[in-house]
Amino acid sequence: MLFRRGRGADASAQDDGALATESADAEERAAIDVRDRAAPDSEESDHGASDQSEFGKTAVDLAGGDGEATDAEATLEREEADQASHRVPRTSRFGRARGFLSAPLGGLRRGARVDAGVIEELEEALLLADVGYATTTRLLDGLRSALAARAIEADTEGLVAYLREAILNLLLVGDATLHHDASVTNVWLFVGVNGVGKTTTIGKLASRERSRGRKVVLAAGDTFRAAAGEQLDLWASRAQVEIVQGANGADPSSVIFDAIAHANAVGADLVLADSAGRLHNKTNLMEELKKVRRVADREPGHVVEVLLVLDATTGQNGLTQAREFAAAVGITGVVLTKLDGTAKGGIVLAISSELGLPIKLVGLGEGIDDLAEFDPHEFVDALFFGVEAGD
Amino acid sequence: MFETLTERFDQIFTRLKSRGRLGDAEVDEVLREIRVALLEGDVALEVVRDLLERIRARCSGAELSRSLTPAQQVIKVVNEELTATLGGETLVIRYASAPPTVVLLAGLQGAGKTTAAAKLALWFKQQGRHPLLVGTDLQRPAAVEQLRVLGKEIGVSVFSEASDPVTVARRGVAEAIRVGRDVVIVDTAGRLSIDEALMAEMREIHDAVSPNYTLLVIDAMTGQDAVQTARTFHDRLALDGVILSKVDGDARGGAALSVKAVVGRPIAFISTGERIGDFESFHPDRMASRILGMGDVLSLIERAESVYDEASSQRAMESLRSGRFTFDDFLEQLEQMKKMGPLSSVLGMLPGLPKEMKNATIEDRDVARIEAIIRSMTSKERQNPSVIDGSRRVRIANGSGTTTAEVNKLLNQFKDMQKMMRSSMMSQGLARAAKGRKKKGGRVTPASR
Ligand SMILES: Nc1nc2c(ncn2[C@@H]2O[C@H](COP(=O)(O)OP(=O)(O)OP(=O)(O)O)[C@@H](O)[C@H]2O)c(=O)[nH]1
Ligand SMILES: Nc1nc2c(ncn2[C@@H]2O[C@H](COP(=O)(O)OP(=O)(O)O)[C@@H](O)[C@H]2O)c(=O)[nH]1
Ligand SMILES: [Mg+2]
Ligand SMILES: [Mg+2]
Repeated sequence: MLFRRGRGADASAQDDGALATESADAEERAAIDVRDRAAPDSEESDHGASDQSEFGKTAVDLAGGDGEATDAEATLEREEADQASHRVPRTSRFGRARGFLSAPLGGLRRGARVDAGVIEELEEALLLADVGYATTTRLLDGLRSALAARAIEADTEGLVAYLREAILNLLLVGDATLHHDASVTNVWLFVGVNGVGKTTTIGKLASRERSRGRKVVLAAGDTFRAAAGEQLDLWASRAQVEIVQGANGADPSSVIFDAIAHANAVGADLVLADSAGRLHNKTNLMEELKKVRRVADREPGHVVEVLLVLDATTGQNGLTQAREFAAAVGITGVVLTKLDGTAKGGIVLAISSELGLPIKLVGLGEGIDDLAEFDPHEFVDALFFGVEAGD
Repeated sequence: MFETLTERFDQIFTRLKSRGRLGDAEVDEVLREIRVALLEGDVALEVVRDLLERIRARCSGAELSRSLTPAQQVIKVVNEELTATLGGETLVIRYASAPPTVVLLAGLQGAGKTTAAAKLALWFKQQGRHPLLVGTDLQRPAAVEQLRVLGKEIGVSVFSEASDPVTVARRGVAEAIRVGRDVVIVDTAGRLSIDEALMAEMREIHDAVSPNYTLLVIDAMTGQDAVQTARTFHDRLALDGVILSKVDGDARGGAALSVKAVVGRPIAFISTGERIGDFESFHPDRMASRILGMGDVLSLIERAESVYDEASSQRAMESLRSGRFTFDDFLEQLEQMKKMGPLSSVLGMLPGLPKEMKNATIEDRDVARIEAIIRSMTSKERQNPSVIDGSRRVRIANGSGTTTAEVNKLLNQFKDMQKMMRSSMMSQGLARAAKGRKKKGGRVTPASR
């Protein structure tokens, strides 16, 4: 799935063909684009809805397009890319997540031979993306043996193609769709540590699911944090869906149970249940969450998704978070938020590969439309932005 | 974590026999392991690189310590460097001569700014000040309401209005002056460092209130991105300090090091929970060992150094080397180890100790029984356990208030231990660790117990 660079500041936005032949320059231009996005074309303090990030805008296209190629995409030399077993680099709507390999590889000429220095630079790039030492080492060991066995070409293209495949293999696990059985009251429960974007994701998703014809009820399961209920309530009105609230400090499971009962009564088929942020090392809070899940699964509720929300800025602790939440409440997938920032979210490689958890959604801003399905190909492409493809 | 790490270190140093000084090759190898530890602890790559250079400079060719294994010696240097980087100058709040003193909080979305604002207000209140909270986050739904709820909880009023962030900030300070508040804490909306418009707005807020202190709030779970965030915010706002949030989690918190290295301004506070009271001043040494993931090893190093005695360690070394390790030596070691803390924990920490011994769950209660058994032995028996036959075993058991089964078990374990020590497992690490905890007259008299 391709997306276009947003607008205005990117008027110069190269089409992908141009990028393909001028990768190093493209990265430089991209850096300038960032600066260009300064004040002049910004809409005052309302950055949520307006979203200065062009990436947020493109997300709208994506959500709507949902994998269908647009005209812009036609410029992509897909056939060629596919036969070369790696894709033509593209700009990414994953904010600065794109191009984590661009620095080392952008400077390399096409066809350049691979030496130890290049691999070292690659290691650095992966580490900088929070991929983590263990996963990075695993990837590069694989690369080295492939090189030693002459299974791949010892040039930039061979190396990129290999890494692309290897990373994709790590990401392509499990089932990345969001489950929904039209005949029952589906519950999607959102969990995660504090401040990662659970509530915001629910707001965005409520809007999306409603526009797709589902009848949505929000469950204000965060009865702990100050004004958490009000926050979700505002999202409910933005998304034009119903919400069931409890009193401050009320038992979250009972609030969610009430929301499910209400949904059932009014014939809503989807309950999006918020939960208070909690650190996975707090036993009592994890026990509370287990109870929430148990109760939500009682008739008429069916917990079909338990989504772990993970902030892209999270470092190696992300893996522990995923492990602990999975052990406690059985995670069905991950939502990776704040990818519109500079953080790359590389820890998801470890989460997918070690825990077999698919990434289902990505958050690309604070606006209601800044949500997209996770596309591993695109994610990897984003990582390889600036890498030249073989012609 | 620390077990595998120290084990690896010890392997490195035993393999490469020491020559009185830390060799470059050994140091390099250990530094490679340290690099991994720091990266796993989320220390930013560029910061890791700088640190390793400094550590290498201090270690290569350094004289071997007598109280520590070479591995421990390097770890100690690492720890010192980390602590030095994290520490240094502390943030001392100097109140503005013309009140109010203005504190501005900045950071990414969800970093913990609003919570920290309230915690800070409480802190100022406890210092006898009269703070006003100003909510300029008109961005996130119910952000001002969140601040109001928190303000109410601590009895601090909150100023905000539905205008724009810069105006709210400016009016907030004016309001503080009007009602006679001497401290203003300005909460702001979270923003990404690459969001030019919002970063420019942040600068405007800054210029509108001329803060005495601008603090960056950063999540302790942050990975490599911490550097980018810290650098950009620092460039734009000239930060005065940092608040590290969510320290109650189990992240190693390398971000603290990254941010400190980049910003060079003190980490003023740590936020350790969701409740308003969960707010503490920052301790560089604690954070250093947390990042390194070797807290226990570090405290062992400290204790090993403090109980170090050359003469007796020399003796222990010799008996260990000659393989003539007796029950007397054993007893002496037990006594020394007890000085370093509960045996159960000490044993696990000893570098170079065979795994079998580390994993043996030794309770301190068991240790007391072992001591009793050894004390019931005659001097001859202690020196040469092979003379202990069946009737001697019964006597020892009776004398120590234990059973012959227990005596048998200890004798067998001791035999195994002697064997292990003679074997290649008898690393220099153990010898050094052992000598580290010996002390002249280590035999303990009843009075000293
Ligand atoms: N830039 C950006 N900000 C986001 C994104 N998702 C959420 N946020 C912001 O991150 C902050 C925290 O989001 P919340 O939705 O309140 O997070 P939460 O997990 O519900 O937080 P708690 O309930 O407080 O634990 C808010 O300021 C959101 O606007 C995203 O994808 N990109
Ligand atoms: N466990 C824990 N949670 C915290 C801490 N500080 C803030 N939080 C939580 O993190 C989330 C985001 O905090 P908030 O103050 O709203 O962040 P802001 O978006 O930067 O203003 C909230 O759920 C807070 O309760 C902390 O030190 N520990
Ligand atoms: Mg929330
Ligand atoms: Mg806030």
